[in-house]
Amino acid sequence: MSLFNVFSISSTALSAQSQRLNVVASNLANADSAVSSNGKPYRAKQVVFESMPLNSGSSGMGVKVRDVIEDPAAPRLVFNPNHPLADGQGYVTMPNVNVVEEMTNMISASRSYQINVDVMNTAKSMLLKTLALGQ
Amino acid sequence: MIERLDKYFAAPLRALNLRSARSEVLSANIANADTPHYKARDFDFAKALSGARETGFGMHKTSERHLSGKTASPVVAALQYRVPVQDSIDGNTVETDMELAQFSNNAIGMQADLAFMSAKIRGMFAAIQSS
Repeated sequence: MSLFNVFSISSTALSAQSQRLNVVASNLANADSAVSSNGKPYRAKQVVFESMPLNSGSSGMGVKVRDVIEDPAAPRLVFNPNHPLADGQGYVTMPNVNVVEEMTNMISASRSYQINVDVMNTAKSMLLKTLALGQ
Repeated sequence: MIERLDKYFAAPLRALNLRSARSEVLSANIANADTPHYKARDFDFAKALSGARETGFGMHKTSERHLSGKTASPVVAALQYRVPVQDSIDGNTVETDMELAQFSNNAIGMQADLAFMSAKIRGMFAAIQSS
């Protein structure tokens, strides 16, 4: 029954989008973390989406997070000679998180999430209507 | 008699099958709205419906000794790629608002099919009940 596949497809999108939202939260929380767990400045992380066939019987494609990559952008240099991590010229290497980019990422992720919930709700009401057939 | 009932319900059933298949294709498009290089897909509902009517969801047999084969989906054959109004830089051709509009349209069509089928069922009930 294809209508049940709608639920599986949309739920893959929900988990992918929530993972994206997780990454955004991590980036925003660490926008000013000069040191991360490996001793270097935090690097922004980005998710890479990939579509995947759901199962052999259906034509629908789900979506999954293939990889979480580290943003290759150059780190931000902040002039702050009093900082304990400042280099010889007084510059502190700060994370390469672009806060504006992360905010738009967050809005996009939450909108996509909402739309997929909408799709699931529509599929649910269609299934309920089908169940009520002949009554 | 049962065979006649089958035929009686065949038309709305074909439409319902196609509607649910289309909702699956459209939901896949919406799910992949942010996937780079994903190409949105859809099929021409009217064409697929007339195709289903001709082949009856089965294989054509030109000889009595041919196997009937398993039911071939007319949907997979009819699937096409959508031409986007605006291209995006990551190669994705999903336009979420359009897909959502099509999805709602499909849902309304499905409700209409279901109402139609309900009416047919009520008609049959009226016919078999003694007054």
